[in-house]
Amino acid sequence: MSIQANNPHQILSAGLGWTRLEIIFWLALLLPFVLTPSYLSLASQIAITALFAVSLDLILGYAGIVSMGHAAFFGLGAYTAGLISKAGWGEPLTGLVIAAALAALVGYGMSFIIARFRHLALIMITLGLGLLLHEAANSASWLTGGADGLQGVKIRPLFETFKFDLYGTTAYAYSLAGLFLMFLIARRLIHSPFGLALRGIRENWTRMPAIGADSQAHIRKIYTVSAAIAGVAGALLAQTTETVSLEVLSFQRSADVLVILILGGAGRLYGGIIGAIIYMVARDQFSGVNPQYWYFWIGLLLIAVVILLPNGILGGLSRLTVRWGGTWR
Amino acid sequence: MSSALSTKGLQKRFGSLVVAQDIAIELPHGVRYALIGPNGAGKTTLINLLTGMVRPDAGSILLGDADITALSAQTRVKRGLVRTFQINTLFPQLNALESVTLAVLEREGTSGIWWRRLPVHRDAIDEAFGILRSLGLADQCHRPTREMAYGEQRLVEIALALATKPRVLLLDEPAAGVPKEESAGLFTAIAGLSDALTILFIEHDMDVVFRFASRIIVMVSGRILVEGTPAEIAVDPRVREVYLGGVQHD
Repeated sequence: MSIQANNPHQILSAGLGWTRLEIIFWLALLLPFVLTPSYLSLASQIAITALFAVSLDLILGYAGIVSMGHAAFFGLGAYTAGLISKAGWGEPLTGLVIAAALAALVGYGMSFIIARFRHLALIMITLGLGLLLHEAANSASWLTGGADGLQGVKIRPLFETFKFDLYGTTAYAYSLAGLFLMFLIARRLIHSPFGLALRGIRENWTRMPAIGADSQAHIRKIYTVSAAIAGVAGALLAQTTETVSLEVLSFQRSADVLVILILGGAGRLYGGIIGAIIYMVARDQFSGVNPQYWYFWIGLLLIAVVILLPNGILGGLSRLTVRWGGTWR
Repeated sequence: MSSALSTKGLQKRFGSLVVAQDIAIELPHGVRYALIGPNGAGKTTLINLLTGMVRPDAGSILLGDADITALSAQTRVKRGLVRTFQINTLFPQLNALESVTLAVLEREGTSGIWWRRLPVHRDAIDEAFGILRSLGLADQCHRPTREMAYGEQRLVEIALALATKPRVLLLDEPAAGVPKEESAGLFTAIAGLSDALTILFIEHDMDVVFRFASRIIVMVSGRILVEGTPAEIAVDPRVREVYLGGVQHD
């Protein structure tokens, strides 16, 4: 790269601007509207999963905080959006905001525990949180519908104009817009001084206090933001499918999003999106051929990626794209 | 005049092993102190105690007139008591400029800002670059820390500490692992730091100690054996016996 070694401002600005590749990538996400109009429901679910992966990337990829129970916040957002619409408030945008606020609130409460632990203890705590909420939703069937799922979710048309139709046109447009807006926030955040502090925590947890940093305050903050974004993703799913099943809180969902992020490449912001596309399309294709065994192929893919591309698919790709003059930071 | 840093009756044991016993030190402002002693004497433990990374069982630590015994490690840094590490404790994938800029931002209390891009903070970046340039790292500061030469990484350790604007700087073997011919350069850089700065450094190379320290503290088995000027230490029979005479030095 052509960085002038003696201009500090240039060094720290490198890779922060929008690259051509990024713009092409986002424009390409509009292609399903014309190329695969019968797959827009799937596209919408991919966008939602991608957003969920971005929320995990903020804590795992940037701050190095492992979570095995991130579905807790996804499910919280989904149930919140579902329940308020069932209670008669079917306007989607305010639904999103309320779902995000509640997920953020619970995330903030949890963050006081999260910020004190690392590694194995963190895996156990987040796993426990996920299981806890899953069982709570299961047993509170008077509220959540339990294992039968939440029925009777009715969402009003977006801007009172665009109905959530069967083809998923509105759903995909809505989910994609949600993904893009949240992505813009996440992108700004990781390019900020706060983003640098998060990378500092990831790179060396013990050094941070020695430069006067309050790592726990940083972690509480990013965990709250991450929970809010996961809540938005869950709310998008509830609103676009007009149903909420217990699965939104399942361990499977927490594990899937972790796989997606590692597959795509953690700590790169786009990794979660690329991972979600590959994972969801693969699942759609494989499960059509052989529904029982599709995890076999995912298992194989995961092992191959971790061995051959330790920084995920995007990590491998970025080595190539640097040669084209673009970066995927 | 009060001292920059002092301790009273500092005590620490790990199980039955006493690593600090009745440590009382007093570092006047602006003095260059060397802390020496055989391996296992408790030198690094003393730095850990002073900086709050290890909690003492008893005793108190004063920074200026303020009792800081109960403060967290990061609060002590904010008050001006800063250390470096014997084993490089850096941010491997950040470049040196990012690392030092982060330390500046933490000192300014602007590291929580998430809505502005990092390059907007021009003053912080200029300050970080200035520190790196003063240590001769201007040409290397765009490289990820883990790719820098070992000696340069030792300098990044010091740059990180300087970015916090310390009043008292504790250097744990700043030249550890650096070839002897390069360590003199490193200590020249340290000697060139502001006179307002109080420095305590751990070092095994006696040539360096006697050249750069204005006073020396000798520790043995968790205790302070003696404290004095280099000339006094050089002729002290106890020091010769337990330290200089007892251990063959290369």
